[in-house]
Amino acid sequence: MNHDTYADTYIRGILNTVKTIAMVGVSPKENRPSYFAFKYLLERGYAMIPVNPGQAGKELLGRKVYARLADIPEPVDMVDIFRASQHVPPVVEEALALQPHPQVIWMQLGIRSDEAAAKAEAAGLKVVMNRCPKIEYGRLSSEISWMGVNSRTLSSKRAPPGKGLQRMSLNRATMSGGSVEASDRAQKDGG
Amino acid sequence: MTERVPGFSTLAIHAGAQPDPTTGARATPIYQTTSFVFDDVDHAASLFGLQTFGNIYTRIGNPTTAVLEERVAALEGGTAGLAVASGHAAQVLAMQSLMTPGDEFVASKNLYGGSINQFNHAFKSFGWNVVWADPSDIGTFERAVTPKTKAIFAESIANPGGVITDIEAVSAVAKRAGVPLIIDNTLATPYLCKPIDYGADIVIHSLTKFLGGHGNSIGGMIVDAGTFNWSREGRYPMLSAPRPEYNGIVLHETFGNFAFAIACRVLGLRDLGAALSPFNSFLILTGTETLPLRMQRHVDNTKIVTEYLAKHSKVAWVSYPGLPGDRYHALAEKYCPKGAGSVFTFGLKGGYDAGVKLVSNVKLFSHLANFGDTRSLIIHPASTTHRQLTDEQRVQAGAGPDVVRLSIGLEDPADIIADLEEGLATA
Repeated sequence: MNHDTYADTYIRGILNTVKTIAMVGVSPKENRPSYFAFKYLLERGYAMIPVNPGQAGKELLGRKVYARLADIPEPVDMVDIFRASQHVPPVVEEALALQPHPQVIWMQLGIRSDEAAAKAEAAGLKVVMNRCPKIEYGRLSSEISWMGVNSRTLSSKRAPPGKGLQRMSLNRATMSGGSVEASDRAQKDGG
Repeated sequence: MTERVPGFSTLAIHAGAQPDPTTGARATPIYQTTSFVFDDVDHAASLFGLQTFGNIYTRIGNPTTAVLEERVAALEGGTAGLAVASGHAAQVLAMQSLMTPGDEFVASKNLYGGSINQFNHAFKSFGWNVVWADPSDIGTFERAVTPKTKAIFAESIANPGGVITDIEAVSAVAKRAGVPLIIDNTLATPYLCKPIDYGADIVIHSLTKFLGGHGNSIGGMIVDAGTFNWSREGRYPMLSAPRPEYNGIVLHETFGNFAFAIACRVLGLRDLGAALSPFNSFLILTGTETLPLRMQRHVDNTKIVTEYLAKHSKVAWVSYPGLPGDRYHALAEKYCPKGAGSVFTFGLKGGYDAGVKLVSNVKLFSHLANFGDTRSLIIHPASTTHRQLTDEQRVQAGAGPDVVRLSIGLEDPADIIADLEEGLATA
């Protein structure tokens, strides 16, 4: 499939289906983007599993850290990769060795490996590249709109609140809103 | 599957707005509150640490204002917006995110007079040094760039009308210099021109004018195009260096293609405080819903009025790029084919006295120093806004003794012309 753009229905479908997310390369440092995403997704009810060999055996926000995907004692629905693009293929190999297979391989903003994506897709997994699940959750729930961000969605339907104050649900009907073509182009050209 | 992208008029009504999550209110409510409660200390910590999205305090963000921000960002094709107290505040906050004392920026010399003052005086006192360039000679932008240059600034349609900036050519200069291009799109609005399509990295608005459109609220906007790579050379530490204000967060790596708007909000607006009132946001939002209808009528009326004035015996010249034969007509056809805005100047053969008589004798045109209202507006700069300057400075600023500026409103064009006809008979 085309990995330059994703339909909102595709992303929403993934974020609405997966429950357990293993985050590979998550940092224990509170000011790192991976920590932000881990904490945000944990607060939204996902069973987050931190994977980082340097932190194995410790806890991150109350969740036990594993060294490798193979060490996780339960099935994982999605593997979210916070490693540079060149380190992605071996992580995807590890993910494909898991039984049962995860349903989704997700590579973070700025991370893309078409080779690894093709392998995962051939094994029947869904793949998302160069996106952040925190931003996508915020965009599709419209939480991110509070920051003045162009969510690129429109809806005449009331958005149901999520669990807790200032939380919005992903379960809502939206249509595509404005595009950000210039930004997409700039990123493709390497900024 | 590629999803359909809605058209401009649909975005003008719907972008950013949705029925209220708890009450179902269809119009955007006015959240007239200073503050927002936290669920618990952890929620508060996540909000203050920028780890979650949400509202804390109206100086930093407000749900009514956020709808306006997303609306204008969507209309411009940008990744995010930040609404602030005025267009001037938008310029301060955008520049503050880019500049440190001793830095320079290159600006077109054809700007709103208020911007020229702000750049020449207030900004210089901050150590942000403007270097002027001439939009009719792109080479002057290129030659003005030095290793200290941090940004290039121009207006799409330059105030008081008559000059169209070749945005693509200036963008090429900015790209070679490795600096962002900032375009003030107030006179054009995204209905007439979308600067981001031509290489602008940041778009600035005075919402006070056509976006609000009804002459009832002051406001400003910064739109992030999400096109500039802030981390490439490390010249923009607000975006690419760990911020001590936020426990060492690097804004560009954390917020990606909307990091500039976030920097202007969580560093600039938070610390400098030029917040927009939610009530103003509501009024301006209502204005944006009819932007396409109003702008089309503004430019339709302006075409009729400029053609009338160009043939009038007491009028020496009309400076409007929408008129064939105007020196900026070709650029107007390229950048704003629907119309070159509704603000323009013309010259009276009778000079200063004729200008004073005209503004004194019109009955429909309002004599005041704004533009972009539903009402038609008139001003004679030499006797008002530019009165304190010398004759030479006035001519330099395009405000010579014979110059009259009009902002054509939405009235019936026959009435606008009848009013000018009566006024010109005395001039």
